[in-house]
Amino acid sequence: MAFFFEVLIGGLLSGVMYSLVALGFVLIYKASGVFNFAQGAMVFFAAMAFVVLLQDHGVNFWIAFALALGMMILLGLATEKFVLRPLVNQPQITLFMATIGLTFFIEGLAQLLGGANVRGLDIGIQDEPIAAIANATGINVSRFDLAAAGVAAVLVTSLALFFSRTRIGRALRAVADDHQAALAVGIPLHQIWGIVWAVAGFVALVAGMLWGARNGVQFALTFVALKALPVLILGGFESIPGAILGGLIIGAAEKLAEVYLGPFVGGGIEGWFPYVLALLFLLVRPEGLFGEKHIDRV
Amino acid sequence: MMRALKSALAGVAMLGFAASAQAQNEQFIPMAGYWVGPYAAGGSGIYGGFIDYLDMVNARDGGVGGVKLTYEKCETEYNNARGVECYERLKKKGPTGASVFHPLSTGITYSLIDKATADKIPIISMGYGRTDASDGRYFPYIFPLVTNYWSQNTAKIKFIGQREGGMDKLKGKKIVNIYHDSAYGKETIPVLDAQAKKYGFAVTHIAVPHPGNEQGSQWLQIRQIRPDWVILRGWGVMNPTALKAAAKVGFPRDKMIGVWWSGAEEDTIPAGDAAKGYIAAGFNVAGENYPVVQDIKKHVYAKGKGEMEDKSRIGSIYYNRGVVHGIITVEAIRKAQEKYGKKPLTPEQVRWGIENLNIDEARLKALGATGFMQALKVSCLDHEGGGAVKFQQWDGTKWKVITDWIQPDRELVRPMIEQSAAAYGKEKNIAPRDCSKES
Repeated sequence: MAFFFEVLIGGLLSGVMYSLVALGFVLIYKASGVFNFAQGAMVFFAAMAFVVLLQDHGVNFWIAFALALGMMILLGLATEKFVLRPLVNQPQITLFMATIGLTFFIEGLAQLLGGANVRGLDIGIQDEPIAAIANATGINVSRFDLAAAGVAAVLVTSLALFFSRTRIGRALRAVADDHQAALAVGIPLHQIWGIVWAVAGFVALVAGMLWGARNGVQFALTFVALKALPVLILGGFESIPGAILGGLIIGAAEKLAEVYLGPFVGGGIEGWFPYVLALLFLLVRPEGLFGEKHIDRV
Repeated sequence: MMRALKSALAGVAMLGFAASAQAQNEQFIPMAGYWVGPYAAGGSGIYGGFIDYLDMVNARDGGVGGVKLTYEKCETEYNNARGVECYERLKKKGPTGASVFHPLSTGITYSLIDKATADKIPIISMGYGRTDASDGRYFPYIFPLVTNYWSQNTAKIKFIGQREGGMDKLKGKKIVNIYHDSAYGKETIPVLDAQAKKYGFAVTHIAVPHPGNEQGSQWLQIRQIRPDWVILRGWGVMNPTALKAAAKVGFPRDKMIGVWWSGAEEDTIPAGDAAKGYIAAGFNVAGENYPVVQDIKKHVYAKGKGEMEDKSRIGSIYYNRGVVHGIITVEAIRKAQEKYGKKPLTPEQVRWGIENLNIDEARLKALGATGFMQALKVSCLDHEGGGAVKFQQWDGTKWKVITDWIQPDRELVRPMIEQSAAAYGKEKNIAPRDCSKES
């Protein structure tokens, strides 16, 4: 039984790591109704910017963090000005296609900045079991995973409060609902988009640092976006708590499936299992657990 | 005035002729690799060493037998379709076409076997690709040189046997093979199963889906199995993730043995302390204190040239593997020149050079590569040529060689290769070459 709980807890904590990436998608989608294909590339770019400042230029950890955040904000503002602004009121598929182009640009920019080599990143939290928990229960719980869960909890709480309790948050929701209507009532669309892309950049930086510390800062960080997609389908594209809950469900389900079902089908199923789960979920609840239900007049 | 104009025109014509003649005295080598994308760390390192070696030979010796080596890069991003596109684009370049093609990808190698055979262009898949192509009777244009996956795997089991105190001590041991869920990752499953049967150990194969950036469940399974040894058959991000995950479940790293695609600095540095003690097989070693690497520094980098932007990567595992690519390619051309003359050679002639390569210890010494790579003797029957590996251990900052060359279990591997190659020949309706008639 202890093994079952170890798999379950490990899965839940992995799910939190997926949620961190999913949060960036949710932010952009909430504000613009655009599925930002470039989120994975932003995670890679943010981590690379941070590690280049830290390792190549010998900048202090927190200053490097602030500078990398500044770069992400600039990237967000530039995206708004040069990619989104010319496409206001265009069909969403056009905006989606624009983010695909943006992906390749950001990936190239990150490699131009940091080169092709894989870089290690030590953020001072060891990815090792906590001895006290292991001794008391026989279950290994990683210090790093717990710290990541803490970071995710803080992020989700702050973002949920930001969206529900601030004027900017309410404006964001209005913009997401209808660009033209929001403009008509005087909401500064460009400013709102700039803010939300900057916040998504901040989330990408945090996710990039945590994933980079775990696996190294390298191009493969762009693949973490693949882990976030089923999380979004499950949790809903517009819900911040949904991204967390979706992450927990996907993380736990894929680990349990890999351990208990995998051996019967040749293993290696955790790559596709979350997508099957999300697909099944789509059939029952297309808007996700916390997504907004759209009722269209016909 | 007219006379001056005529002289000038004649001069220009002479210059043009000279330039054209010089261009004709070149041996073209395509460089289809990957400098961007998820596997760029490996591609940029290997092709960096490869290109630097060719540049060094041009600068130091004026080429091979007076023939200048030329090359052109093509980005494949480790993608099969792009690899084939690069092959098609580059195969007719140079005065005699592509001398030899290095796909640097098992997938691209598989995609090119039929095409290259039809085009009569040799493919060198050094340390990767299709293992049964080691039987040159069925694969005349494919050369999985130095050591193939099955050979290295048997050498790994020999190494484990040594560590356990003898091959008989393997009986009853448990070994987990954690592999990248791809054609590359699955390549060694049959040979490991055969070895398990031969030596009486239990082997469990655990797949990791691409890209391998999350392995929590696999390592929990490993913890439950409690193996004596783990064989890591990863690529890219899967490797540091595996090392970190092993640390997380408390599996000792000095009981983890990686394949050579899991044994570079790019695999261990991102894992930090979790990589300390980890062991990997290699068909080349790390280090820059070899005369061949020093020559590259002297004749290329000292003149402000060189492929590596980050000079600290010179002498790394991947870089040195690229130098091995360079040495073997150049020696094959040199060998072919002995038969066909010191002129630009056709791919078919270079193929003969590869098939008759004999780089012995004396030649390695002359090349400044003693201990850097193993001696190699290729033949019509044997397109592998070597088969041995050295084992290296990560001490936290660098790779340290911990064994001499360990030979493969040829008695086990060769029949498996011949059986598989014969099945391929039957499927493709290929009659095997009679190697006794090859010269």
